[in-house]
Amino acid sequence: MPPSTSSDLTLSVNGEKYTLTVDHRTTLLDALRERLDLTGTKKGCDQGQCGACTVLVDGRRGVACLQLAVAAEGREITTIEGVADGERLHPVQQAFLDLDGLQCGYCTPGQICSAIAVIEEHAAGWPSAVTGDVRPEAGPPALTPEEIRERMSGNLCRCGAYVSIMQAVARAAGSGQGSEGAAA
Amino acid sequence: MTTAAKPLIGTAHPRVEGRDKVTGAARYAGEISFAGLAHGWLALSTVARGRVREIDTESVLSMPGVLTVLHHGNAPRVETGYTSVLGVPPDPTVAVFQHDRVPHKGWPVALVVAETSEQAREAAESLVVRYDQEPHDVAFSARRDAEAAPFDGHMPPALVEKGDLEAELAASAVVIDAEYTTPEEYHNPMEPHATTARWEDGRLEVVDSNQGTNWVVGELAGLFSLDPGSVRVRSEHVGGGFGSKGVRAHQVAAVMAATVLRRPVRVVLTRRQMFSLAGHRSPTAQRIRLGAEADGRLRALEHRSLSRTSTVYDFIEPSAGASRPMYAADAHHTENRLIRLDVPSPTWMRAPGEAPGSFALESALDELAERCGVDPVELRIRNEPAVGPVSGLPFGSRNLVGCFREGARRFGWAERDPRPGIRREGRWLLGTGTAASSFPAMAMPSTAALTAEADGTFTVRINAADIGTGARTALTLVAADALEVPTERVRVRIGDSDLGPAMFAGGSAGTRSWSWAVTAAAEELRGSLLPGATIPPEGVTVTSDTTEAVGALARRERHSYGAQFAEVAVDPATGEVRVRRMLGIFAAGRIVNPLTARNQFVGGMTWGISMALHEEAVRDQALGGLYGPDLAGYHFAAHADIRNVEAGWVEDTDPDDPVGIKGIGEVGIVGAAAAVANAVWHATGVRHRHLPIRPDRVLTAGGDA
Amino acid sequence: MREFGYRRALDVPGAVALLDGDPDARFLGGGTNLVDLMKTGVERPTRLVDIRELPLDRVEPAEDGGLRIGATVTNSDLAAHPEVRRRYPALAQAVLAGASGQLRNMATVGGNLLQRTRCGYFGDVSSPCNKRDPGSGCPAVEGEHRNHAILGASAHCVATHPSDMGVALTAFDARVTYETATGPGEIPLADFYLPVEETPHRETALPPGALITGVTLPPGATATAANSCYRKVRERASYAFAIGSVAAALDVRDGTVRDVRLAFGAVASRPWRAHAAERALTGAPADAEHFAAAADAELAAARPLPHNGYKVTLMRNLVVACLSELAEEAAR
Repeated sequence: MPPSTSSDLTLSVNGEKYTLTVDHRTTLLDALRERLDLTGTKKGCDQGQCGACTVLVDGRRGVACLQLAVAAEGREITTIEGVADGERLHPVQQAFLDLDGLQCGYCTPGQICSAIAVIEEHAAGWPSAVTGDVRPEAGPPALTPEEIRERMSGNLCRCGAYVSIMQAVARAAGSGQGSEGAAA
Repeated sequence: MTTAAKPLIGTAHPRVEGRDKVTGAARYAGEISFAGLAHGWLALSTVARGRVREIDTESVLSMPGVLTVLHHGNAPRVETGYTSVLGVPPDPTVAVFQHDRVPHKGWPVALVVAETSEQAREAAESLVVRYDQEPHDVAFSARRDAEAAPFDGHMPPALVEKGDLEAELAASAVVIDAEYTTPEEYHNPMEPHATTARWEDGRLEVVDSNQGTNWVVGELAGLFSLDPGSVRVRSEHVGGGFGSKGVRAHQVAAVMAATVLRRPVRVVLTRRQMFSLAGHRSPTAQRIRLGAEADGRLRALEHRSLSRTSTVYDFIEPSAGASRPMYAADAHHTENRLIRLDVPSPTWMRAPGEAPGSFALESALDELAERCGVDPVELRIRNEPAVGPVSGLPFGSRNLVGCFREGARRFGWAERDPRPGIRREGRWLLGTGTAASSFPAMAMPSTAALTAEADGTFTVRINAADIGTGARTALTLVAADALEVPTERVRVRIGDSDLGPAMFAGGSAGTRSWSWAVTAAAEELRGSLLPGATIPPEGVTVTSDTTEAVGALARRERHSYGAQFAEVAVDPATGEVRVRRMLGIFAAGRIVNPLTARNQFVGGMTWGISMALHEEAVRDQALGGLYGPDLAGYHFAAHADIRNVEAGWVEDTDPDDPVGIKGIGEVGIVGAAAAVANAVWHATGVRHRHLPIRPDRVLTAGGDA
Repeated sequence: MREFGYRRALDVPGAVALLDGDPDARFLGGGTNLVDLMKTGVERPTRLVDIRELPLDRVEPAEDGGLRIGATVTNSDLAAHPEVRRRYPALAQAVLAGASGQLRNMATVGGNLLQRTRCGYFGDVSSPCNKRDPGSGCPAVEGEHRNHAILGASAHCVATHPSDMGVALTAFDARVTYETATGPGEIPLADFYLPVEETPHRETALPPGALITGVTLPPGATATAANSCYRKVRERASYAFAIGSVAAALDVRDGTVRDVRLAFGAVASRPWRAHAAERALTGAPADAEHFAAAADAELAAARPLPHNGYKVTLMRNLVVACLSELAEEAAR
């Protein structure tokens, strides 16, 4: 007998439970946008090549376009609609607004979700591809502009707002305008 | 009316829709739900030229959820014999499913509509289409100039000749003769093209992502033989456009399906489909000849550009036009030529003509500076024209020299050692370069309505489009200033064809044109409101139309200008190039909102860096399509590529201009790629005349590349 | 994407059993490559067995002093692990050089090894490709091949393996462990990828239906591995596949190379262990001249196509740069 191609499941998004039947082909991204009317998570490429659909899954950032909704059951999903504290914007959101870390706004929710995770990943001591010495003995790297840019590189912005996005992330991280690294 | 404390124009203001955008509340075209919505998915040709012989719709129609398959055998007929709002006939590639001919790979051959997008996608991808394939020709190169013909396009005329070019070249002490190429480039706005069409009470309602709803109304009304008044297009938030979001195959297909099915139909392009259906910038092959005195003063400037279009629509990338307003020379010869190949139609892409044209011209200027031993900034100042070099018209305002002086000061240009290839820092060779930029300051007629509401607020209605430019915010500031009220009392409604005719977001003419109409309406309103008078419940509304005023504008050379400065690091062992810092100083009229303006200038410069180092679509000659048409195959700059990019501006006043605002959306990319390429030369001593400057090109460039 | 069944596996034997011998069934890890390929139509599985709940998400010391990495350990957790960063820095660097932060949070170690080539012809179902559609031809040989293989390719396929992580693992003599319905097995990573020859569609030596359970790093290379690095060159500064990469590890005593490990990425259908270079260098003076000669010894086998000859220069320069950096580090 051919296996069933749909499932009943419960998705946990921004603290709410949603019960629905999904075609197994439905990605988490399409489930959010088409089924739950949570359209803040954007579809830029649908292939994991732009980061516009970045959400937090169990607190870690991931792209929603390459996750199947059926595989997201049992995980806590946080989308852009769930990062503010009621009417009070998340510090990353506020910094994007104040420093104009956006233009068309379409990559913005993904940039913000990613930035929230970047700050946490850095706080956890994770190195990046531009960290000079990855050995734990070297200690955690400072969150310099160069580190922010590398860590945010999975979020493309075609308007070219990278400079103000970086400044917004730096402000929200409390690292201000750190010094530039020496490497090119 | 109360008086605002100080002019709002020129003060930083966060985007009025910024909160909606950072919270995910802003809804884009594909995000508005409708009861009974069906999903369309386009099936594209897999051959580059030929005819559709057979489409096996039977097996697809029996798949779960499938509602219909539209193709050339059954789709509604459309008209293409009309003139679009752009004043030209439509690109026939938007008239989908009208015949069996396939003019390029990725041509829409069918639309499958189903209850869900998953069903539609699988059905479209399962659809078996058989073709009678014909040999195709997609090979573009400078060698094909003999097959080309001059074409006017949007920067007429194709050919401009002034003076005796050959005689001036022969009399020149220094002659630069070089060829430059730029590759096929794609806009790739982050939001893919999306549209939902439905009929409601005899009216076609379209929720769409575009750069001008009137533009789309005009095209859809023309194609479907409808009264424009019975078509409404809305486009509130637009996730980038850059020239690609006019009318496209998906809107036409969606209207067809909504008409046939009598229910709302949404069609969204996939990222890969955008690489054949959303337009692109043609590759260019350009030749520049400069003749100069020993001190760098130009006697002759020749700029020839070859680009290519599809076999069904003539669109030219008029790169040679970029040279016309720039430098004084006794002889000027500029020509734009076109060949037709089996490729999708190209279209406007951020600074069409100026972006690739300035790469060639401003690289050649740098070569001339090197040969003459003149500083590149000084060279440009020496060739500053008093009037339009070929038009002879006075300049409205031109402060290119001011841009270079201020830029050179802030960048630290005076300390620059002109010798190439002598600065090393670890594995990196360092260099700096500069280039000029320019873009026309056009205005187009627009209408606006302004209402004084009974509660003391004001509503501006203008069919503007904010594709990320900050237009909504700029118009809020313009209106508040003209009314002398704080911005909190002004609401601006845009992006709806029912608001009336207005310029679309393009040609860097949007904010200039719209501001004009808003200002005129505000003046009218202030004249008609008596101090202390009570506003009736329905408010007091006035309208404006700038058609006459725009037509009365005196003929001038009207442009924005800029000076670009770049510092690069090149690793000669790996070919990696990094732009360490970049500064652009612009003279672009009155800057309405410094916060968003800076962002937009820097965005243009970011495009320039991306153009210089990354962007290139590779067309497979044998298969006729693109190699790797997605965002992993087509690279544009990521965060890590963009370091310190700064923009600033200098005074640029034209007392005769009634608006004083110029466009800023495109001038930022112009010259930016040349500044980077010139810096690469300064770092390495090697000229790169072909974009992008990829690692393999740096590695294999023994001499000039 | 065609319709498919979905089941979650809770233990390793259960996962293997759920595959049920169906050749069109696939294990689903992070999905970062498989789901993408399903969208482009390259993969059309009938069913997916989700293995992310399996207890294979640990990085642990092995009894022999090496390191055992579970198959479902995410790229992020691998790169952040203190033991990996301390003992195999090139492995952490290689993982961090790949993809993006989002994708590394999702992608697994097992999936990384099994990811498919990013050759544009392979990814476009309207184009011929011997790897995807055996016998249909290879357009890359005459067409676009700027980022294709220079080593170990054949006239049938010139695609490269896209992994960064795999390059470092190859340098460190990693072994792949797996489970089948008939029991566990192990293959050295060096033998994991099959030669291209006439069968580019046959990519790995993994038995049909086998589930990768992990990767083990032997203790042997420990002294060398601690002084290691990974350098990747790509066409933008981040979030792009390599056009050339090198994992290098070096043990130098008194200016002489005692032990060296070198592996290349983006030059072959698999992570390429540079044995000839290692042989040429072992016992030789640790200087740029000998590093270059070693690279040349390896690259003598390169057979570049008309538009990817630059990779020979690039790899040679990268080898010299990486080893020089490590030699300096060792001398410190």
